[in-house]
Amino acid sequence: MSILSLKNVTKNFGGLTAVNNVSFDVEEGEILGLIGPNGSGKTTIFNLINHFFPVSSGDIIFKGNNITHKKTHEIAMLGIGRTFQVVKPLKRLSVADNIMAAAFSRESTFEGAKRVTREVLEFTHLDHVAHQKAGGLPIAGRKRLEIAKALATRPTLLLLDETAAGLNPAELDEAIDIIRAIRSDLGITIIIVEHIMKVIMNISDRIHAIAYGTTITEGSPAEVAANPTVIEAYLGSDYH
Amino acid sequence: MHNDKFISKSEIGIFIFALALPFIFDFSPYIQGLLIFVVLWVVLGTSWNLLAGYTGQVSFGHAAFFGIGAYAAGVPFFLFKVSPWWGLLFGGITAVILGYLLGIVVFRLRGPYFALGTLAAAEILRIAFGQEEWLTNGHNGILYMTTWVSKYPYYFIILAIAAGTILTVKVVMRRREGYYFLSIREDEDAASAIGINASKYKNISMGLSSFWAGMAGAFYFIYMGFIDPETVFALHNISIISILVGIIGGVGTIWGPAIGAIIMVLLQETFRSAFFGFAPQWVSGMHAFVFGLLVIFVILYLPGGVVGDWDLIRKKLHLKRKSEMKK
Ligand SMILES: Nc1ncnc2c1ncn2[C@@H]1O[C@H](COP(=O)(O)OP(=O)(O)OP(=O)(O)O)[C@@H](O)[C@H]1O
Ligand SMILES: [Mg+2]
Repeated sequence: MSILSLKNVTKNFGGLTAVNNVSFDVEEGEILGLIGPNGSGKTTIFNLINHFFPVSSGDIIFKGNNITHKKTHEIAMLGIGRTFQVVKPLKRLSVADNIMAAAFSRESTFEGAKRVTREVLEFTHLDHVAHQKAGGLPIAGRKRLEIAKALATRPTLLLLDETAAGLNPAELDEAIDIIRAIRSDLGITIIIVEHIMKVIMNISDRIHAIAYGTTITEGSPAEVAANPTVIEAYLGSDYH
Repeated sequence: MHNDKFISKSEIGIFIFALALPFIFDFSPYIQGLLIFVVLWVVLGTSWNLLAGYTGQVSFGHAAFFGIGAYAAGVPFFLFKVSPWWGLLFGGITAVILGYLLGIVVFRLRGPYFALGTLAAAEILRIAFGQEEWLTNGHNGILYMTTWVSKYPYYFIILAIAAGTILTVKVVMRRREGYYFLSIREDEDAASAIGINASKYKNISMGLSSFWAGMAGAFYFIYMGFIDPETVFALHNISIISILVGIIGGVGTIWGPAIGAIIMVLLQETFRSAFFGFAPQWVSGMHAFVFGLLVIFVILYLPGGVVGDWDLIRKKLHLKRKSEMKK
């Protein structure tokens, strides 16, 4: 059974249709890549799933429940975690306290939250900066902290929005390992948005491609990479 | 992480010292009165700090809670001759109810609009309590013969209220609520994405904050024996000083408001008495101006307040001493 389904989801910002009648399913345990050129509506789709904005029309079904009109915090509690492309660390709190705050979503005691925090710090390789202020982390750390906060809420579905952008090659490899482990060790289903083709093609089971808010194709990485519309959307119509 | 002991030895030391103070020194009633005001301001500053410093909801209307607490002690006495001491029960609760109702309106507002909303609430109450004479005796205020002539019993009562306020903050900041307050302060969107119901936790913060401000108000009536709307709902003397006490000592720190209270009461007293009679009388009218400058100075040079920026202050003083030694 699919864990998440978007059914004919549309989002208008005034005159601009940022997401236009998009439908897709995410199967339990898979990594679905969501690709598209800049401004094609990927982040907006995430913002619709966790209800940062209401949809203009369409439905979003998570584990059989219609979550289209649920509030952002309720959706997090139902088990959808997300990261922000423009990172949102709790700046004046330490890295550990950022994760603590998220861990309290499932743990009611200080000790319980602390245990989860220790696990997540280790899993995301942030233990060595646990006591630094989050606002002072370099970009790689802040991207990783986004993942750590989301994991601390114990999601069953994780939305990753360009968590590999701006990383150097070594950091990139580490990030890929962590994302793979999220699925294999923690059993979390993932939707991943990434511009770096090396990452998205390697990591995804399936890819859903959009341009100008509209679906252009869906399939295996190899199929999508060979699709002429995708090539055109990414490289312009001159490329043949 | 808050790994440090819940209550440190120095904190117990400070509390015992405060308790023992009247037994160690033979204070004049004037100094006793100042001590009571310092502790009263610790309560108000800490209460403000919980909502503004920790939760990021900067209230400009803390006089609303203080005043309603004072009248919760005063009105039953005025109408039915109920002992004002019941205020120590009703003051906090009435303020919580006010805070909840106010929250429905002002938590829809963010940033400066929230500040203005709380300010307006206190002003509306000030005017309304001046008008409704049947309930409040209007601008004539409510007068009551205080229970004791000695100030010391009052000192211990307000000290107990202050201990309750500080303990509340300490307990809360180790729990889910505290972490959620800080998250909301830092980034409300990020907070909601990790499952935090921001409006619920803002209400909780408002409830705790208004409770202790209301207790301070009830105490004020019991101790002073007189309240009127202009005093207890005052913008400059209550709401603004709450902010000053909170920020001078250090926003979002446990001991900031205590330091802030000492500094503010000393400053207020210095101005009120025109530098203890050494300056011309018109100087006492300058206090609002000087407090304004002080806010600007703290925000520019010590954004963490005296407690938050203690390391910075120490470093600066230290460097100065070193360079003086070289001369
Ligand atoms: N809050 C908003 N108000 C108005 N327009 C918006 C808003 N958010 C996004 N848009 C517009 O919607 C379109 C899709 O933006 P979105 O951020 O979803 O693209 P994206 O695929 O994530 O792009 P990128 O790869 O650059 O991150 C853009 O034209 C953007 O300007
Ligand atoms: Mg985006």
